[in-house]
Amino acid sequence: MKNLISMRDVSKEDILELLDLAAKIENKEVHPDLSGKLGALLFFEPSTRTHFSFDTAIKKLGGQSFSMSGTSSTSVKKGETLADTLMTISQYADFIVMRHKIEGAARFAAETVDIPVINAGDGTNQHPTQAMLDLYSIKKTQGTLENLTIAMIGDLRLGRTVHSLAQALSEFNPTFYFASPRHLQMPQYIKDELTAKGVRFEEVEDIHPIMPHLDIMYVTRIQKERFAVLEDYEKVKDAYIVTPELLEEVKENFKLLHPLPRVNEITTEVDKTPYAYYFQQAKNGVFMRQAIITKLMNLI
Amino acid sequence: MKKQLKVDPIKSGTVIDHITAGKALQVIDLINLKQPENLMMIGVNLSSNKMGKKDIIKIENRVLSDDEVNSIALISPNASLIIIEDFEVIKKKKIEIPEKIKGHIVCPNPACVTNIEKVETRFELAGKDPVEVRCEYCEKKYGIEEVKFRF
Ligand SMILES: [Zn+2]
Repeated sequence: MKNLISMRDVSKEDILELLDLAAKIENKEVHPDLSGKLGALLFFEPSTRTHFSFDTAIKKLGGQSFSMSGTSSTSVKKGETLADTLMTISQYADFIVMRHKIEGAARFAAETVDIPVINAGDGTNQHPTQAMLDLYSIKKTQGTLENLTIAMIGDLRLGRTVHSLAQALSEFNPTFYFASPRHLQMPQYIKDELTAKGVRFEEVEDIHPIMPHLDIMYVTRIQKERFAVLEDYEKVKDAYIVTPELLEEVKENFKLLHPLPRVNEITTEVDKTPYAYYFQQAKNGVFMRQAIITKLMNLI
Repeated sequence: MKKQLKVDPIKSGTVIDHITAGKALQVIDLINLKQPENLMMIGVNLSSNKMGKKDIIKIENRVLSDDEVNSIALISPNASLIIIEDFEVIKKKKIEIPEKIKGHIVCPNPACVTNIEKVETRFELAGKDPVEVRCEYCEKKYGIEEVKFRF
């Protein structure tokens, strides 16, 4: 494994190895050393959380980083091709973490430069480190990834996080429930892939009846910026809101995940319940990103 | 007897038969047969017992590579290939849709890096019936009717 571009390239063995490595890093059983190495954080499309999470991971490994955020102040504005920007950066850095709104940009980057590339999001396509940290959070809270019942709710059409996660989990015999406003349903191609792999899934409108069966509920934000017409957003934004009442009959091992930031889809009263796991999930992201960098940089 | 337009037999070369009616010119473009040295006969909308209507291409003295043969299947999955020597059929080849297609297909996704940076497209076969392809860059899947070819 030289790059992390798409969950499509990541085998079940790779997933298990990275989960194991992240756990060892978290438990201080291993101490990978990134000192003397420089990571380039190229956020052509800004994302504060992912950016901070990677920066933290690099620094915790003893490495250093330099950052770029947005395209306004860079060579991109001067009309330089992405290929040229990447080639130049690769003369300084030892690895690249990149987010770009162009789809396929990370794969293109990996083919352009000799140093490892980590995809931190390419448009609506992939966000594999988010998928990996979600898997790590699920494994940590459930003890396994096998045979779990998982609901995904919110924007399932444009939310690439849920696509990557559904694809990755399909190797582990899951049962899925999908709940979303009508126009934000799980895309047909994802459903086709699940069907082809023999994964059980059901699309539901009312989430109340499924609550007692769930091990994990993965909530996503319905993103205002994805709507061309504000009225359309207003119509669906409150379609699914998680409150303490909704969680009354859940199983003891039930956990609530959310890639953050949230708006109102999980009320703050839920934060105090034992089911809220989204802030730990963010913390897990640092361990997982440390593990990914460790593996790609061959630190141990 | 109904009068029918016929395409003359060739002495030796390749016949691509059972091409989906109306697709012959696309096939010629796809496998780059438009070279001055190629002697070709093209039949369009011929009647066929099997298909109702079909196209046919006969090329003198030219043997197609496996790659060329397989790429024909993208636009005409039922096409068949016959190799002729001295007016005799010496070989019939089954056309198989290739698993990977380099170049030629234009990704319909305007946000795809292949439409922005200078990079050859790569598609993989994502379904055979109907034929579907997936862009290896943006990972979007398209029916073969949705994509354009570029030469
Ligand atoms: Zn594409």
